[in-house]
Amino acid sequence: MNKLKGINKRSWLSTPYLIWIIGFTVIPMAVIFRYALSSPEGGFTLANVAAIADPVHLKAVIFSLEIAVGCTLICILLSYPLVLALRRLNLGKRGFALFVLILPMWMNFILRVLAWQMILSNNGILNLLLQKIGLEPVALANSGVAIMIGVVYDYLPYMVLPIFNAVSEIDEDIIDAAKDLGAGGFTIFRKIIFPLSVPGLLSGIVMVFVPSMTSFVISDILGGGKLQLIGNIIEQEFTKSMNWYLGSGLSVSLMIFVLISMAFTMRNDMEGKGSAIW
Amino acid sequence: MKRRVLSVLLATVALGSTVLSAGCSGKQDAKETLTVFNYGEYMDPAVLDLFYEETGIEVKYEEALTPEEMYTKYKAGAIDYDLLCSTDYMIEKLIKEGELQEIDIDAMENAGNIGDKYWEFSQAFDPENKYTVPYFWGTLGILYDTTKVKEPVDSWNVLFNGEYAGEIIMQNSMRDTYMVAMKALGYSLNSNNEDEVNAAHDLLVKQKPDVQAYLVDEARDEVVAGNATMAVVYSGEAYLGNQYNEDLAYVIPKEGSNVWLDSWCVTKQCDNVDAAQQFLDFLCREDVAEMNFEYIYYSTPNEKVIEGLSEEDRANEALVPADDATENCEVSVQLDPEINDLMNTQWKELKAE
Repeated sequence: MNKLKGINKRSWLSTPYLIWIIGFTVIPMAVIFRYALSSPEGGFTLANVAAIADPVHLKAVIFSLEIAVGCTLICILLSYPLVLALRRLNLGKRGFALFVLILPMWMNFILRVLAWQMILSNNGILNLLLQKIGLEPVALANSGVAIMIGVVYDYLPYMVLPIFNAVSEIDEDIIDAAKDLGAGGFTIFRKIIFPLSVPGLLSGIVMVFVPSMTSFVISDILGGGKLQLIGNIIEQEFTKSMNWYLGSGLSVSLMIFVLISMAFTMRNDMEGKGSAIW
Repeated sequence: MKRRVLSVLLATVALGSTVLSAGCSGKQDAKETLTVFNYGEYMDPAVLDLFYEETGIEVKYEEALTPEEMYTKYKAGAIDYDLLCSTDYMIEKLIKEGELQEIDIDAMENAGNIGDKYWEFSQAFDPENKYTVPYFWGTLGILYDTTKVKEPVDSWNVLFNGEYAGEIIMQNSMRDTYMVAMKALGYSLNSNNEDEVNAAHDLLVKQKPDVQAYLVDEARDEVVAGNATMAVVYSGEAYLGNQYNEDLAYVIPKEGSNVWLDSWCVTKQCDNVDAAQQFLDFLCREDVAEMNFEYIYYSTPNEKVIEGLSEEDRANEALVPADDATENCEVSVQLDPEINDLMNTQWKELKAE
């Protein structure tokens, strides 16, 4: 009886969460779907959702994909050496290294992107330094490279942290055993560390791929308005063209796209766990 | 310490008495208030205090960032706004939707301070000058670094002739960027002719490789910092840019440009039209207009204020555009829906190039 009361009390505690979810996720989603599936004149239509296939929109989707895939790959390549190095540090130094990694996230996101704009601009800090050491200045401002630098910088911690968590849980004895049996550094990484880090890697991929696919602020600031991700087009439909129907339609198709890629990752996740057990 | 106690006491007494007197007068003449809707940072707060001191009418002041936000909030109807200050094309929309009340401009003592030229500009969206009172205005032009150009800039052509490739910043706003191309080709910026819009689009596509970036707020900063040679900016921005960097100059190209005009209007929800009119009259008064001018530093349509300016300020094209410079300028009005859709599509194509 007492137990039952306890459970009841606990489910009551979830009320604020429920209100939050209904008010700020379920209802807004319903509104977006309502706009997406109707035309300005009223009546049902799929045209807004199908508009993603329009050449201009498709081009933006492909560019978004390039940025998202590129950003995810670069983050993975940067994360593993970092995580392996962190593993070797003693506890105090490791804490400090993680602190330094997370520190920029305490600053406002827009400010960080604006800082990159200052660094990469034609007369910016980077070119100043290059000229000081006698090299040619580079024209990185307002290019795809600038956008890539921005997304990698912003989302790298979301890749490092889950991989680090997974790797730091690996029992040192397993690695010692592998060493005893004559495994070299690379074999240990390939056969032990990497497979055991896969769950962390997968959540890292989701946390980096999805936001870099849908971002629009970074591309707006670092792309100089010359390069558009699909997020920029959606933003413009809402704020500039005042076409909420098309904006919602494109959002819904983007959401479907993201859900499909998530489902793909989840399936791999299960396979990953399976192989880890085997 | 004693003085502080005393002042606290006095303040309490004063507060008490205002509450009391407000309570009393409330019964007699239903305490007058006005709800005013304006852009952010677009009025000296001291002006509102002065108005209350002089008339006893309390102003509830609300702010919005963009015309679109203002329109959405107004339409949502959660607050009954009495007066609002918005931009030409948005006012045109409100007039067409029958949201505004006529103002008796002849009855306003200080309406004569507003120059004839500005009432004429207003006619683009308010043909009979019935609904609006001009507040601030400005132009779109080229802000350029005089140390980096070979000869003084006077035409939109410098943006299209390839001479400053990679050194140009355009506005990241559809109508503003199309305006530049339309004017460069000698068309009206309000043209509803499909061929003319197509020609402008082709010109912009051809120009894109030369454009360093399409920006809005940062356009000025990039020229100030020397990252670009020239940028299409609003006159208010140009004035500020010149404050930061003396080498910068602003020009309204000879082909003409866009003149924007922010004006006050009275909504149909307003019950106390007398108080609203009193407020508008107050805004046109020389000393009040001057307070606002010194707070905002956009071009004022108040000729009394312009007469009182320093020689240097009056010669500043960004602050007081000369009459012949604005001769070919136009106020932008809503385009036909089909042309607007065409431009929207083309703008997306341009950005996707």
